[in-house]
Amino acid sequence: MAEHECALFECGHRACGGCGPALAARLILKGTGPNTIIVASTGCMEVFSTPYPETAWGVPWIHSLFENAAAVASGVEASIKKQGRDEHVVCICGDGATFDIGMLCISGAFERGHDITYICYDNEAYMNTGIQRSGATPYDADTTTSPAGKCSTGNKRPKKDLPAILAAHGASYVATTSIAYPNDVVKKIERAVNTPGPNYIQIHAPCATGWGFEGADTMAIGRLAVETGLWVNYEMMNGELEKAKKIVNRKPVEEYLKAQKRFRHLFRPEKNVEEIVKIQAIADRNAAKFGIDLNMKKEK
Amino acid sequence: MALNIGCAAAPGRARDNKTGSWRVFKPVFKHETCTKCGLCETVCPEGCVKERADGYFDPDYDYCKGCGLCADECPADDIEMVQEEK
Amino acid sequence: MMEILEGSHAVAEAVRLCRPQVVSAYPITPQTHIVEALASMVADCKLDAEYICVESEFSALSACLGASAAGSRVYSATTSQGLALMFEVCFNVAGMRQPIVMTIANRALGAPLNIWNDQQDSISLRDSGWMQFYAEDNQEATDLHFITYKVAEDHNVLLPAMVCFDGFILTHTYEPVDIPTQEEIDAFLPPFKPYNTLDAKKPMSLGMYATPDYYMEFRYEVDEAMKRAKQAYVQVGKEFAEKFGRDYSGLVEGYRLEDADTAFVAMGSLCGTVKDAIDEMRADGMKVGLLKIRSFRPFPSAEIRKALSGVSRVAVLDKNVSLGQKGAVALEVKDAIYGSGIDVLDYIIALGGRDVRKSDIRVIAGLAEKGIGDQYYGLRTEVL
Repeated sequence: MAEHECALFECGHRACGGCGPALAARLILKGTGPNTIIVASTGCMEVFSTPYPETAWGVPWIHSLFENAAAVASGVEASIKKQGRDEHVVCICGDGATFDIGMLCISGAFERGHDITYICYDNEAYMNTGIQRSGATPYDADTTTSPAGKCSTGNKRPKKDLPAILAAHGASYVATTSIAYPNDVVKKIERAVNTPGPNYIQIHAPCATGWGFEGADTMAIGRLAVETGLWVNYEMMNGELEKAKKIVNRKPVEEYLKAQKRFRHLFRPEKNVEEIVKIQAIADRNAAKFGIDLNMKKEK
Repeated sequence: MALNIGCAAAPGRARDNKTGSWRVFKPVFKHETCTKCGLCETVCPEGCVKERADGYFDPDYDYCKGCGLCADECPADDIEMVQEEK
Repeated sequence: MMEILEGSHAVAEAVRLCRPQVVSAYPITPQTHIVEALASMVADCKLDAEYICVESEFSALSACLGASAAGSRVYSATTSQGLALMFEVCFNVAGMRQPIVMTIANRALGAPLNIWNDQQDSISLRDSGWMQFYAEDNQEATDLHFITYKVAEDHNVLLPAMVCFDGFILTHTYEPVDIPTQEEIDAFLPPFKPYNTLDAKKPMSLGMYATPDYYMEFRYEVDEAMKRAKQAYVQVGKEFAEKFGRDYSGLVEGYRLEDADTAFVAMGSLCGTVKDAIDEMRADGMKVGLLKIRSFRPFPSAEIRKALSGVSRVAVLDKNVSLGQKGAVALEVKDAIYGSGIDVLDYIIALGGRDVRKSDIRVIAGLAEKGIGDQYYGLRTEVL
C-alpha cells in the first residue's frame, strides 16, 4: 500500500454513499488548491466532515454558525489583507445557509466588496435536518415542510434567483455549475478564486437521500437537470451574462421529474398534467433567458 | 488524548473512520476494457479511487461505501457492482 | 498624558494603543462615539487597521471571530439590543476560545425600548463564557482595555472579554484621563500570538462539532480557563499597577469595609456615588462600607466571602433583574457567602437610566438596617 499523503479532502467522512455535496467538496479543493482557507456553515457538509476529532479537511477550515459564514469570511479576509498573506478565502455553504438564514451576512459581505469566493452547494433543501424546504427548493418539490398532499402539490414557490441578486450587489464573477460536469466545476472554481472578489458560485449537488434516487445515479440526475433546462450552467462577469452551456435537443422535464421520489406525487395516482406544464414553462423560460437551445435537425 | 481547545483538530483523523464497513455492494474494477480515462477517480465522492503505477485505477476498500457512481459513470463498462460476501 | 476626554473617546484612544488589526463597527447608542472615533483615526492614518462597516452587530462579532481566528487582534463595541443580537455568536466565540475584546456601553434592554443605562445587557450574557469587567470611571474604563487584552490573549486563558462601562454616565461624560504613550503600551502588551489559527502552512479545522462523548469536556475546559483567568487577571493587574501607578488588580475592592456593619455591593459607576454617600454617612457615625465587584466573570466567590466576612448585612444594588427572580448580583453574592448567616438584601435600582443620588443610598442603608429589602427601589407607584 502506497504511503499516504494527506488529501485536501480525506476519506472517512460520513456523507451518504453517492453524496453530491461530498463530490462537490473534492472538486472545489481541486479548483482552489491548498493555499486556501475555508469558512463553512452548519449543514450536511460541515456535519459529515468534522465530527470531533475526525476532520476530513486538509486545508485550514473554520465553522462558526449556520448563518454567518460570509461575515466570518469578511473578517478572515480583512485579517489576511492586513497581514499581507495571500490565501484564498472561500465560503462553502449549503442552500439553506445561503438563500435563507445567511442573506444578511452575504448581502453585507458582497456590498462591501470583500475579496472572497462564496460557494453554495445547492441540494435544494435543508438536508441535514431531514429535508425541509428552503428558498432554493424548486417548484412542486416534496419536502417535509412543503409536502405534497390532498390539497398540495408540494413547494409553492419557484427557486430564488440568488446569482442575479449577488450580481446586482456588484459581484465580480457569478457562475452556476453542476457536479454532473466535474471539469466545469473545477474550471469555474479556479477562475473564481483567481478573480478579485467577491465571487459567487452555485453548484448543483443532487442529494440521493433527499430527492429520492439511488446514489449511483447522482451524476445522471445532475445531467438531466441541465439537459431539461431546469438548471442552467452559466457565467456572469460584472453583471453581464458571458456564457451559458448550450443543450442539444433539450429533454422534456418529465424525464427529470419522474426519476425522483420528491416529484412522484406529480405522477401518482395519475399524471398531474397541469403542474408538469407549469414546470415545463419554468424550463422554457430558462432556455429563452439564457439562450441554451441548440436544436439539431435529424437527417432523413 | 487531551482536547484541542476551540473544538479544533489537525488534518488526517477522518481516516480513522473506515467507512468501507457501510458497504452492501462493492465495485469490482476488471481492468479489461478500462481506457484509463480517470473518470472513476473524479466522480468518487469519497476520493478513495486511486491511480496505480500502471495507470489503471483501484478503489480503497477500507473506505469505499459501494455507492456505485464509478460503475454507473465508467464509459468503458469496466466496473461491476457485486454483492459483498460478509 | 492627561487629557480631558469624553469616555467614549478615552476608550477609543485605549483601543488605538492596543493596535487591533481589524475593527468591526456598527452604530448603536451609546457606544457609537467609540467606533466613530476609531473610524477617524483610521482615516487619518493614526490607526493602522482594517475597518469593516458591518451590516449588523451579529456580523460585527462574526467578522471579529474570523479575523481573530486568522491571527489578528480585533475589536468591536456594542450595547443592549446589539449585544442581544450577538447572543448566538457570543457563545460561539467563547467555545472557540478566541480572545476577542469588546467594549459594552451598558444600556437597558427592550421592550420597552430605552437607550439609557443599566447593566442588564452584559449581565444577561453571564453564561456565555466571556469574562466581564466593570469600570467605575473613565480612567478605569481606559486602563481595563490594556489589562483585558493581555489577560484574554494569555495562552492559559484564551477567553473573550467584555469591558463594561455605563452608557451615558461614563460614555458621554468628560473626565480627566491619563492616556499612556504608544511605547508604554507596546512594552506592556506584546503582539497577539494565536494558539490554534487558520494558516495554509499549518492547516487546522476550527469549530468542529462535538458529540455527547466530547461536548461536556469542551465546556469544562472553558470553566477551567475562567479559573485560570482569575490568577492571570490579578497578575496582569499588578504588572499594570507597577508600570502605570494605577492598581486594578483586585477582582473585588473594599471601600471602608473593614469595620462596616452594612456593606453595599455594586458594579460600575454606581460605586462612585456609593463611595461619596458612604463618606457622608460615616461622618454621621454610620458604619457602612462598599464592596465593589470589578470582575463579574470569572465570579470572585472566595474573595467576596472573605471581604464580607465581618459585616452584619449586605445591601446589593442591582442594575439588572432576572425577571421572575431577583437581581443577578444579589443571587451570586448570596451563593458566595452561603452558610455565613449574613443577610443579603437585594435592591433593584436605576433601571433604564433612572438617576441614583447619595440620598438614595442613605435611604437604602436605613431600609437594610430594618431588614427591608428584596424589592425595587424608587418605584414610581403613582404611574403603576
